[in-house]
Parts: sequence; C-alpha cells; structure tokens
Amino acid sequence: MRARFAIGFVLAVLAALSAPPARANETIDPAGDAKAFRDFFAKKFPKVKFDDFVNGPYSMNEDMRRQWEEKEQFPPYEFALDAGKEMFAKPFKNGKSYADCFENGGVGIRQNYPYFDENDGKVVTLELALNRCREANGEAPLSYVKDDMASLTAYMAFTSRGKAMDIKIPSDPRALAAYEDGKRYFYTRRGQLNFSCASCHVQSPGERLRTEILAPALGILNAMPIYRSEWSGMGTISRRFVTCNSQTRAVPLEPQSDEYRDLEYYLSYVSNGLPISGPGARP
Amino acid sequence: MRFLFAITVLIAGVSQALAASESDFKTAYAAAEAAEKQAGSLRNQWLPTEAALAAAKKAAASGDFDAATAQAKEADALAKASISQATSEKERWKDLEIR
Repeated sequence: MRARFAIGFVLAVLAALSAPPARANETIDPAGDAKAFRDFFAKKFPKVKFDDFVNGPYSMNEDMRRQWEEKEQFPPYEFALDAGKEMFAKPFKNGKSYADCFENGGVGIRQNYPYFDENDGKVVTLELALNRCREANGEAPLSYVKDDMASLTAYMAFTSRGKAMDIKIPSDPRALAAYEDGKRYFYTRRGQLNFSCASCHVQSPGERLRTEILAPALGILNAMPIYRSEWSGMGTISRRFVTCNSQTRAVPLEPQSDEYRDLEYYLSYVSNGLPISGPGARP
Repeated sequence: MRFLFAITVLIAGVSQALAASESDFKTAYAAAEAAEKQAGSLRNQWLPTEAALAAAKKAAASGDFDAATAQAKEADALAKASISQATSEKERWKDLEIR
C-alpha cells in the first residue's frame, strides 16, 4: 500500500513538473508586451543605447560598426534610394501618382506602417499599400521581394528617418487578434531546424551564425528595407521573412500572407518609440 | 553444381521479392503526399519534404522504384515530423515568450 502511494506520489510530482507552467494572465496586453520586450533587451545589452538597437548587429559589435560607418559615406543602398525617388514621383498612366494614395503625399509616413484597417479587418503593410495604390490606378502590382518594391520603400523610409515608430492597435478585437497571431508566429518553432524567429533574434542576438552577427528583434524592422551584401542587392521586409523561413528549412509562406502581415504588425508595435533608420545596409 | 544453381535461383527470387514495385512506390507516395498536404493545412511544410517528394517522382520516372519508394518514405517521415512540430507548437510557443 505504502509502495503504491509512493509511486503515485512520484508520478504526480513528475506530471506537475512536466506540465507547462500555469499563466496567471492570458489576456492580450500589447503595451505590457512592448515594455517587457524593451526591458529584456535593455537588460541583455546594458551598454547599447535604446535608439541604437535599430542598427542591428552594428550596435553590438565594435569592428562591424566601424566598417559600417565607413560604408555609410557611400552607402550601397544609394542607387535604390535614387531609383525609388524617381519611381515615386513618376505619374501612373492615368496621371495620378503614389503621392495621391497616401497622407502627406507619402512623405514622412513610414513610421505609421503597418496599420490595422478596420474596414477589411486586416493589417495593411507599406508594401501592400503601395501595390494597392498601383492596382487602384490601373497599374500591375510589383513583386514584393524584388528591387522596385525595395526602392520605393527605401525612399519612403528615408523621408521618415529619425521619426519614432508609431504603430497603433485600435480597440477592435480583430486588431488584437492580428497582433496576437503575429506574436504567436514570432515565437513558433518551424522548419526542419526547429527554429523560431525568437531563436535567433531574442535568444542569440550578438552571437555569430556562421559569418553573420545576429540582430536583436527590437527595432529590427526600423532599418528596412536593407541592402544585403549576401544578396548583392536590396531586400524588402517580405524578402527578409521569406529568407528567414527558408533558412530554417521551412517552406516560406506567400509574401504578404496574413501571417507575415501580422508578424510585421507585432514586431513593429513592440519597437514603437525607436527611430526609423531605413534604408539600411547589412553584411 | 546443383547446389550452386539452387542458391542462385534462391538469391534471385529473394532480391526480386525485396525490390520495390511501381505499386509500392505509388502507395508510399500517396501516403507522403497526404501527410504533406496536412502539413500544408497547418501552414508548416518543410523544404526537405518537398525535395524528397520531387526526388521520389524523378526516380520513379526513370524506373528506379527502389529509390523512388525510399524517397517517398523519407518524405512521409519528414511530413509527419512537421505535423508533429506544428501540433506541439500550438501551445509550446508561449514558453519562449518574453514576459
């Protein structure tokens, strides 16, 4: 009898230990999340100034920073910036232009994207808004992962440089759900390598992954789009997400899928207050 | 001499019995495809699964049903692993969350 009781007790203890810890508060709390996110990185990297997180690996590796500062004198994204400015100003066949689709003529507004569209109940990213603008004016949409989209967003980011990311979550249960879905995507392990976004950008920023120094998740989208030496070209946020998924040996989702849009919403929101620094350059 | 002949016939018979047929390949491929479809519905397919499915098809097209069946079984195992990952991550992602 005693033996049975002892075995039962041991099994009960083991079951309690293996069960996931109970969480006191399962409510969706974006403001609380953002604070915890910032506190985590501030504690992990006490020497990095808050605004400097947007500079990714350069904020945590002195050698790379010096090289980057030299490169910034003749930045590799400059050609994309010029092309983007020209494309942005060029009228569509119907005489209208991108400026007609955005508030303030599209200048200095990057920090407000993505936003939650309460009409269709979904997140709208800047890349998506640009293509919607094109289609509304009878133009074919651009590829989300190629140079033209990167050039346009590079120009728009440049006009917002220094402005603080300012993502709003309206009091709409669908917006909260989109935010939560983005958060879930960020922390979910996927691919044969069993990596989540957080495996690299929360658990290991500053560490090397082969020749790369991993960037912190805090402010990671503020520098987008980026010129990557590895790509020998510019990359949009869509391209970054697709590539990250492939690197974990997961089949990437389609660019601007709901999951990627929600992920961008979450990552941008928790980086509120950090300055836009795009377009950026990375190894 | 008779003994050698008998052994040769026996070996030939066994190896033929062990070789995969087109029907074996089709069964293995259908199972792998179904599992990969399920992984797709969970939005969690893996690149190696897709590669193994493509390799299975290519080997079958060249008539190598041994290789084709082996690749299809590999794809099936990978697809099932991705389903298992997606299922367990439904709750486990919270363990990584910054709080």
